[in-house]
Amino acid sequence: MEDSKPTPMKKKYFTPVVIGLVVLALNGLMFLLARFIFGIGAVTNLDNQHPWGIWIGLDVAAGVALAAGGFTTAALGHIMHKDQYHAIIRPALLTAALGYTFVAVSVMIDLGRYYYIWHPFIMWNGNSVLFEVGICVIIYLAVLYIEFLPIVCERFIGRINLPEFLKSLNNPLDKLLRILDKGLNKTMFIFIIAGVVLSCLHQSSLGTLMVIAGPKMHPLWQTPILPLLFLLSAVSVGLPMVIMESLITSKSFGLKPEMHILSNLGSMVAPLLGIYLAFKIGDMMIRQTFVYLTTFSAASVMFTVELLFGVIIPLRMFMSRQVNKSPLGLLIASFLVIFGVFLNRLNNFLVAYTPPYEVHSYFPSIGEISVTIGFVAFEILLFRIAVMIFPIVSVPNTSAQRTKYSIRGGAQ
Amino acid sequence: MVNQSRRDFLKTAALVGTAVTGLSSKTKAAPKNILSEDRMGVLVDTTVCIGCRKCEWSCKIAHDLESPSIEVYDDRSVFKTMRRPDSKALTVVNEYKNLDEEKFPINVKVQCMHCDHPACVSACIVGALSKQENGSVIWDTDKCIGCRYCMVACPFQVPAFEFENALKPDIKKCDFCFERTKEGKLPACTEICPVEAITYGRREDLVKAAHQKIKNYPDRYINRVFGEYEVGGTSWIYLANTEFEKLNFPKLGKDPAPGVSEAIQHGIFAYFVPPVALYALLGGVMWINKNKKKSENEEI
Repeated sequence: MEDSKPTPMKKKYFTPVVIGLVVLALNGLMFLLARFIFGIGAVTNLDNQHPWGIWIGLDVAAGVALAAGGFTTAALGHIMHKDQYHAIIRPALLTAALGYTFVAVSVMIDLGRYYYIWHPFIMWNGNSVLFEVGICVIIYLAVLYIEFLPIVCERFIGRINLPEFLKSLNNPLDKLLRILDKGLNKTMFIFIIAGVVLSCLHQSSLGTLMVIAGPKMHPLWQTPILPLLFLLSAVSVGLPMVIMESLITSKSFGLKPEMHILSNLGSMVAPLLGIYLAFKIGDMMIRQTFVYLTTFSAASVMFTVELLFGVIIPLRMFMSRQVNKSPLGLLIASFLVIFGVFLNRLNNFLVAYTPPYEVHSYFPSIGEISVTIGFVAFEILLFRIAVMIFPIVSVPNTSAQRTKYSIRGGAQ
Repeated sequence: MVNQSRRDFLKTAALVGTAVTGLSSKTKAAPKNILSEDRMGVLVDTTVCIGCRKCEWSCKIAHDLESPSIEVYDDRSVFKTMRRPDSKALTVVNEYKNLDEEKFPINVKVQCMHCDHPACVSACIVGALSKQENGSVIWDTDKCIGCRYCMVACPFQVPAFEFENALKPDIKKCDFCFERTKEGKLPACTEICPVEAITYGRREDLVKAAHQKIKNYPDRYINRVFGEYEVGGTSWIYLANTEFEKLNFPKLGKDPAPGVSEAIQHGIFAYFVPPVALYALLGGVMWINKNKKKSENEEI
């Protein structure tokens, strides 16, 4: 955008909300510590019937889906070359990078032998869906960090100022950043396309993950097209996630919401959600699973809530021009889509999963919930730090400097 | 007649299947996870089992698991609750009411079924689980990362995890006494069984023997061998006098458990063509859009 450019936010870091988040994050860390000292069994409600809980079902599965803003905006801004959306790419990229980092951390804390997390790199099992998801997620995480590097370069080229005893490193580091910047400028398209391809692969494979559970999974969710449903829902949740994040960031830093961009984004959500809904309903019709909706059970209620509040109502909202024009309308509609996908992942991984010899059903322990909430709080705190250090959020530009290199180092 | 021809068909299908796997095995040269004709199995006759639980004891001894003395196993009060194999007991015996004859309850030994097409082996992220030539499905502690996806995948819900172990938790399940059979010994449970309710032998022979038993004593058994076809066949097969579902066996189809997910997985990754094609497509779109932008800018 010509009239705005990404700038580090200048505001006080600590607000009452931020302090609340710090408390939540610390609380999660305490339980995390207990998990490493006393084992998974001591902190979670997992047992031999319920091998996976919310650390996989929410932190990993929902986490990956909700970080989909990264690849959807990259596809929109870079591959479709819609330049007007460049203002939202950086926040989405940051969210994705943070989100995937925490996905990796969540997987690690859930592993019984977390120190063997590198095993999949050298011990391959091409039949394993989890292997594919794991490798794709790790490579994509690396790609996200690479995509983030130019922002680091932009921030620090010509401005590296290390404390006294490291001062000799200032120049070499600056040179390194300049080389990186130049190299990445020419090769970035490789990584951007790779990021989109990798995302499509693992977003869909995340759906294949539960297919192997076969009859252990409720027929309302168990379908061979799970990978397609997961991909479609991830694509439709990407933009709402970006919209919500942008609105909250604007509010938090006292900026005007960028409605001209957000309204356009909002109008794109309806068709995407529509396609997802069509496949979801079509699948239900073909497999005739609607019979399960006639009985009153946890599964039927959760499925109905997921479909009604998570897909149908926001779909109707995004189709309305008025909703797309109002920040509040966009916020609510986006929140509903996010809620819907969140619930869908929860349903697929936990609610639908009914093991054959279940003694009691699974409900997450206080420890599990604390860690999950703590991670989310941590993520928001890091986001806030990042937007204050790096030029990520676009603000209206006063001095219309457009040339790339005149900005860099110009401040010194 | 109809049944006979179907069995013939399945036989030929199995033969063709083995031939195909045999061919592909030559090209891939993977000795593990391929079905051997001589793979072993166990036939469990639940109408013979008396519920003495000696197998539970000998299993623990053979696997160096903590166990009370053998006399403790005479206590039949444990049958009041339904038990499952876990990290401390790789096999357990449960008791069910016998509707035909109250005096003789039905006892069912539970352990890993050692599937011919194991879901756990397909699922394991690092290939820590493998199907051995002798039919056993075993777990490799040097590979396992403790992700517990095998437990999600197993249609019999057998693999157990040491949730209480913070440092190096294992996946625990019956290993068909892999170390013992390697030395020519019998699996511990089959060796100790005082009534020969569990018979160790070539799976193919056991299936035949099971059908012979049904033929000879049609009043004693229902006409079904559990594990002959379930999830593509299991090494452990069962005979009973009542519906298996009433004895807490899961209701399963005949297709191998990993079938659908492997088909999807290999479909998405068929020789990496779909991902590469997507990459090329996106690259093309990006290039076209970039050029369009450029020419627009030049016009302005």
